[in-house]
Amino acid sequence: MKSSNKFKFVGKRQIAVFAASALLPLSSIAASQPPADPDTEQAQRGAYLARAGNCMGCHTTRGGKPYAGGRVLKTPFGEFVSPNITPDNETGIGRWGEEDFWQALHYGKGRDGSYLYPVFPYTEYTKVTRQDADAIFAYLRSLSPIAQSNPPHKISAPYDNQFLLFLWRTWYFKEGVYEPDGSQSDEWNRGNYLVQGLGHCNACHTPRNVWGASQDDKLAGGEIMGTYWYAPSLISPREAGMGEWSVDEIAKLLSTGVTDHAVTSGPMATIVRQSLQYLSKEDMRAMAVYLQSLGEKRGEEAPKKTSPMPERVSKYLALGKPVYEKHCQECHGKSGEGVPGIYPPLAGNRNVTMTSSHNTIRSVLYGGFPPVTAGNPRPYGMPPFQHIIRDNEIAWVVSYIRNTWGNLGSLVSPEEVDASRGNEF
Amino acid sequence: MKFIIFILLWIASGLANAQELAPSRISDTLEQRVKPCTICHGDEDRAGRDAYYPRIAGKPAGYLFNQLRNFRDGRRYYQAMAILLENLSDEYLLEIAHYFSSLKYPYPEPAAIALSPEETQAVETLIHSGDPDRDIPACSACHGQALTGTKPFIPSLLGLPHAYLAAQFGGWRNGGVMRGQTPDCMSEIAKKMTQEEVNALAMWLPTQPVTGEPAEAEKLAPELAQRCHTILSGEGFTQ
Repeated sequence: MKSSNKFKFVGKRQIAVFAASALLPLSSIAASQPPADPDTEQAQRGAYLARAGNCMGCHTTRGGKPYAGGRVLKTPFGEFVSPNITPDNETGIGRWGEEDFWQALHYGKGRDGSYLYPVFPYTEYTKVTRQDADAIFAYLRSLSPIAQSNPPHKISAPYDNQFLLFLWRTWYFKEGVYEPDGSQSDEWNRGNYLVQGLGHCNACHTPRNVWGASQDDKLAGGEIMGTYWYAPSLISPREAGMGEWSVDEIAKLLSTGVTDHAVTSGPMATIVRQSLQYLSKEDMRAMAVYLQSLGEKRGEEAPKKTSPMPERVSKYLALGKPVYEKHCQECHGKSGEGVPGIYPPLAGNRNVTMTSSHNTIRSVLYGGFPPVTAGNPRPYGMPPFQHIIRDNEIAWVVSYIRNTWGNLGSLVSPEEVDASRGNEF
Repeated sequence: MKFIIFILLWIASGLANAQELAPSRISDTLEQRVKPCTICHGDEDRAGRDAYYPRIAGKPAGYLFNQLRNFRDGRRYYQAMAILLENLSDEYLLEIAHYFSSLKYPYPEPAAIALSPEETQAVETLIHSGDPDRDIPACSACHGQALTGTKPFIPSLLGLPHAYLAAQFGGWRNGGVMRGQTPDCMSEIAKKMTQEEVNALAMWLPTQPVTGEPAEAEKLAPELAQRCHTILSGEGFTQ
């Protein structure tokens, strides 16, 4: 309590304006920049890189004008509104120069020098090269300016304090362009650059501490802020680690959204639609090579202790069987085997058995389609069951699939089902 | 001998084919692909019987296409639809719209809801003449003489449950169906009606038998076409 009071005098009014500092052009000297030509090689490369970094994912609202911002990101620290990054002089980045953009992307500083909130993933973008940053900027400059002012952030006290942000940066922000590892192949290094830098996979696939900071570069999985989804570990063989997958299969999942054994869902499906499906074959392969290298192998596991199931547990699981047979079996099969490339298997499915049951519960509640991609233009979908069966039936059936056909997972309660309901939009 | 070998080969090749074409449990059809839709909106046996989910079978394709995009893009707000459609393309949504539009499921029996003669009279006037003094057009001017909609963008008013109609009218009167659409003609019209008229309409419409297809596209009165132009535009819509 004391410490937060101490910080307050430093500047409660210095409400950081994030990259939206362009909303109030502070330096009146800066003239508007001439529009850039979208046909230059640099702008076209920038367009590709902006896809790879999925700038649009945050800087566009649902159904809104591309790159005009306005999307609200809910975090425990407040609600952040993404700024307009089209080259509009008054509401966008029309008055920005290359150096301003570099300051934001690489150092996490706004055009007026204020510290940006790490909801903008400069903690990852700092690894992006100057050349790539300039290309992205050239592309953004080539867009048609859109006059759209977005509402200000609603940051909860005491986080609306630049000094706290300064401390946060001192602790958690490591500035620096990606440095290739000489002991690894060019392909691996390219993949690392894309995954850890531009692709900012860390933003979701890493546990965050109470200050919202990613723990390190390890993609060990974490709850996704402001959503009700869990981004699984990309290391652990019990979650989404891909150490035992082929490079081709990893690339297929990330570029088409489905493979014979796996399907992307929730926020990951959206990332495939918005970003990953547009990566070149070479870049996708490079990412796959790097991701494969991250994954730990299962190795020799100690045989599972199969103590007899307490009667209470087997009775609870038995409740899920008729629900499964009535609602799930038609598509996922009698033995949870699924249909290759259409409906994912549930037997041995790590998304089903991993510690967090969030994703499975959400899939049952809300259903969904894998993303439409060139490789999967007419996907089959999963129905939403939120209005069809009750929470306790969902708890029974999720517990059942987590513990049948050799699967082993904790039981799920109706309270957990209820806690997974929530509005992302 | 040759004959026997031929027969054996024939049987073998038949078996091989059977292996190749072993029918998947899952059919390669749009019907199978859109199971997430029909779990609520019904299949042939249940079409239109659920109180909250409107019938979509047989509605004009342009209308369905626009609504699918409105849900996906957040203009028409319903969380379940927004999540479901999040990652689908315009092309796929168009195909889905045409599919549901082409379905000829039987309609439910008309509902038995009693209205007073005065209420019936008031409703029938609104349907066929509107109220020029209050700038309320006749329902039939857009939704067709038979109220079965007008191709390709205007929906049928029949075969829908009372609860759904009442909820839609409530949404329009409170500006809550479509976000940021101007003009929003159904919202404007619904606000000009009295609560009694709205209630009576939502009760009367489900009592009407459905007599056929949506009307063929025809030119709306210029005044209405202007007033409702946001509904009548379907960028990317093809027959």
